[in-house]
Amino acid sequence: MAARDAGAGSKLTRLTAAEIAAAVASGEVSAVEVTQAHLDRIVAVDSDVHAFLHVAGNAALAAAEDVDRKRAAGEPLGPLAGVPLALKDVMTTADMPTTCGSKILEGWRPPYDATVTRRLRDAGVVILGKTNMDEFAMGSSTENSAYGPSHNPWDLTRIPGGSSGGSSAAVAAYEAPLAIGTDTGGSIRQPASVCGIVGMKPTYGGSSRYGLVAFASSLDTPGPLARTVLDAALLHEVMSGHDPCDSTSVDAPVPPVVAAARQADVSGLRVGVVTEFSGGGSQTGVQARFTEAVELLESLGAKVVEVSCPHFTYALPAYYLIAPSECSSNLARFDAMRYGLRAGDDGTRSADEVMSLTREAGFGPEVKRRIMLGTYALSSGYYDAYYGKAQQVRTLITQDFEAAFEQVDVLVSPTTPTTAFPIGERVDDPMAMYLADLFTIPSDLAGNAAISVPCGLAPEDGLPVGLQIMAPALADDRAYRVGAAVESALEQRWGGPLLAKAKELREPSGGTQ
Amino acid sequence: MTDLAQLVPYDEALSRYEPVIGIETHVELGTTTKMFCGCPTTFGLEPNSAVCPVCLGLPGSLPVANRAAIEYTIRIGLALNCSIATWCRFARKNYFYPDMPKDFQISQYDEPLCTDGWLDVVVGGRTVRVGIERVHLEEDTGKSLHMGGATGRIHGAEYSLVDYNRAGIPLVEVVTKPVAGTGALAPEAARAYVTELRDLLRALGVSDVRMEEGSLRSDVNVSLAPNGAAEWGTRTETKNVNSLRSVERAVRFEIERQAAVLDAGQKVVQETRHFHEDHGTTTAGRSKEEAQDYRYFPEPDLVPVAPDRDWVEQIRASLPELPAARRARLQAEWGLSGLEMTQLQNAGALDLIGATVGAGASAADARKWWMGELARHANVAGTDLAELPITPAEVARVSALVQAGTINDKLARQVLEGVLAGEGDPDAVVAARGLAIVSDDAALTEAVDAAIAANPDIAAKIRDGKTAAVGALVGAVMKATRGRADASRASALILDRLG
Amino acid sequence: MSITRDEVAHLARLSRLALTDAELDHFAGQLDQIIGAVARVQEVAAEGIPPMTHAVPVVNVLRDDVEVACLSPEQALSGAPAAEQSRFRVPRILTED
Repeated sequence: MAARDAGAGSKLTRLTAAEIAAAVASGEVSAVEVTQAHLDRIVAVDSDVHAFLHVAGNAALAAAEDVDRKRAAGEPLGPLAGVPLALKDVMTTADMPTTCGSKILEGWRPPYDATVTRRLRDAGVVILGKTNMDEFAMGSSTENSAYGPSHNPWDLTRIPGGSSGGSSAAVAAYEAPLAIGTDTGGSIRQPASVCGIVGMKPTYGGSSRYGLVAFASSLDTPGPLARTVLDAALLHEVMSGHDPCDSTSVDAPVPPVVAAARQADVSGLRVGVVTEFSGGGSQTGVQARFTEAVELLESLGAKVVEVSCPHFTYALPAYYLIAPSECSSNLARFDAMRYGLRAGDDGTRSADEVMSLTREAGFGPEVKRRIMLGTYALSSGYYDAYYGKAQQVRTLITQDFEAAFEQVDVLVSPTTPTTAFPIGERVDDPMAMYLADLFTIPSDLAGNAAISVPCGLAPEDGLPVGLQIMAPALADDRAYRVGAAVESALEQRWGGPLLAKAKELREPSGGTQ
Repeated sequence: MTDLAQLVPYDEALSRYEPVIGIETHVELGTTTKMFCGCPTTFGLEPNSAVCPVCLGLPGSLPVANRAAIEYTIRIGLALNCSIATWCRFARKNYFYPDMPKDFQISQYDEPLCTDGWLDVVVGGRTVRVGIERVHLEEDTGKSLHMGGATGRIHGAEYSLVDYNRAGIPLVEVVTKPVAGTGALAPEAARAYVTELRDLLRALGVSDVRMEEGSLRSDVNVSLAPNGAAEWGTRTETKNVNSLRSVERAVRFEIERQAAVLDAGQKVVQETRHFHEDHGTTTAGRSKEEAQDYRYFPEPDLVPVAPDRDWVEQIRASLPELPAARRARLQAEWGLSGLEMTQLQNAGALDLIGATVGAGASAADARKWWMGELARHANVAGTDLAELPITPAEVARVSALVQAGTINDKLARQVLEGVLAGEGDPDAVVAARGLAIVSDDAALTEAVDAAIAANPDIAAKIRDGKTAAVGALVGAVMKATRGRADASRASALILDRLG
Repeated sequence: MSITRDEVAHLARLSRLALTDAELDHFAGQLDQIIGAVARVQEVAAEGIPPMTHAVPVVNVLRDDVEVACLSPEQALSGAPAAEQSRFRVPRILTED
């Protein structure tokens, strides 16, 4: 590698996606330079952060070259052309492995791209690589990854959240300005919250699930992670939209999220604080920052009221019946017959035996737990009391949202009850781990839009706290509008983004940036 | 392979027990593409050449339902007099098996597309109304070749090779309600039902219904109860019933077997059994530790199907004439009795006769040739009528040649023989074999004179006025001309000569 | 007790997981706890409440019966642990389907 001016390269990694796109479009900087700067950054810090499972290297540079060529030829470029992105390893990529953080898919190369992958490529976004995640998206910390956890750039001894922890860490560590995650119980918003960045769960069906390896089909939602609300909105527009390959994809125009992010105005907006989530359930500092954020909204012209959503307290148990049930079925296909790991095939064993030995060897404990839980909940004799009942509770939760949204325009809560907990703290206590999803789960069950934006650091540990803003289904723009308003006001107060308060990650060469 | 089941002779079994039967039939639809993806459904392609991420069940793939498959299913439901659901869903049926790409099958569970219909079937001269419980839509599985064993079947195989070309092809399942009261005709009733269903599906154009290719597969359920019992007995389900004849034989065997079990004071085991073509027997499937719990739940990757009533009525209006209606119409047009009609049907001659009539023959003629001379040929060759190497158009032509006087009945038989032997079409055979009736007076006169000369006694009788004896001389002329003489002309010439 | 060790063993068999005895003990305790917690949904009165289908309720998403390009056999078999004669080779299957 030729000697580079470390300063110039490092500046590129501090830019927002919007800034990079503008610089590439104007010719001020080449897409190749931008990609190289980020690849260098990955080399520098990822041995500590472990955000990536696969780095595309030459493939990424080739994609960047393609953007530069188009630009030179005067061809029209999309709004994010030349911007690097980290892709959660749950999305299929035909030219990179897709492991879903599991041993059972170690090295698997899909023969097709996910729709989201294809849309990114078509838009000229440069995919830097695949990011680490809790195995098959089950978890809130990446500790369930078969390839080791990722580390929170704010404090490398702590979790970056999950299941999209690799994506979140990559963005927070300046390894990429954009990332794609997936949210089933909170797996975009919670990592964003504990890493001090922006994470959005679009309306269910807003982005295509074709090529998204399914965990819970009726809940999985791909979405953007970024360091700014505007960046997230730009990615949201590129990745979203109806897909005929996905029967559950929304057949309506993508809500005007970029315009809303630029609008950033909440005067006259009615904001509801969810009563059930404002009690003593959260860490002190989280509650404090949340309360301040609500006061901020009021000072910006919003009208704040308390809204009770009585069935939200049943959201966690309902989720931990529905998601495992669907996953027990979705993961049945990993049976050693057509792809992935095959273990125990010594030529004498039966297909059933090989299936069982393979799944025993290839799945981690959380996946096994959820498969068995789901099998239980769907069993004849138990279906009505468990899965059936949970789906009814889900309707009631949706009705709570509908009633709430007649009184208010958005609902708010802390994104997650605590800041980033230490790696290892909850690994042996599944129920404690599940509590991380307490506030995010209702929006997954109802399928409406919800964003997490940084709202400060908890005084007791100096770690990021996230504010969750929930909007009605198909009103994703409203969430961006409020998020952008909060971001703008707080950044003024802080003198810059929250992420600027994080300690710099040690770089082996080139000194600090 | 059989477990040497005890059997009670059939008539004896029926004297003490009443059978109840039920049939589940799977039909592969003849849509262009698969149920949930755009792969082709063509039979006989290179293995794994008609697959995609969806029908291979690759991680991340998603199903999208085929509109034509739904339309075909509604068509079937309407033809079976079912109610069509206003709103229904697909459901996942979860179980592990190597030919199942997702290890669940997308099917329908408690919300089928069509319910509560019937199909009338004629058995033993009376009409049996077979109730239809439901008609639903699902996807087919891949196909396995079992390798290393002696028989090519699963037992004794060392490993298997799986081809997923068939995986995802739309499959319609038609389930009857239990059919009671057929008594000793239960086997025939089962067969008649499957036959009628097959013909109906063919008429609807929704499947090529080839049992030998697997596009029509039936499982038969049989239970026995003692005469006059208040409740029905325990039923068994028999699979691998691959022909109409097997349907009948399987029911028959199960009746005999279950009667023996019950006679011995034992209970019939509720189980899935396997039919063996070679011996006409059934054996118990490998016993499973626990009954299958498929853990059905609504398919989250698909949205509900709600066929609007306009569409359903459109489909209803486009239904073709169904076999039962067609048979009634033809019976009236052809002036046949019910019994005669049944004979035609059983011989598989209905369509052939219809086509022959369509090609210009009279119904009576068409029937005569197909049910007479051609049926005889088919019998000798051991094939079905439809497999004979002669077309309805050719039969119509033979009939026309007889009508025109070019040939007579006897010669016609030789013409048919020639066509069947592959010598060409009827006209070519007539020409090549020289089968045209001779009515040229010069040639006939020669033959007449020869016959008179060879039979002076008969000639004398005729001169004496016993004109009835002409027949014998005509016979001689026919013999001399190898049957090609115009008999009436020969008769006239003889009388002229001797009159 | 919400679930016994034997029931957990049964679930493992149903879902084709060859758990070790140690895992069985471990998971039995955890599942018992989790099932006890999620059973809370039964407290909710839900008479006449329909189960949720989709967030944005839609019906009749259908496709035309038109062919779309397939994978090649090589692509289809690319991940296969074992292949023979252009087919997926799988260990011996014991039960008839």
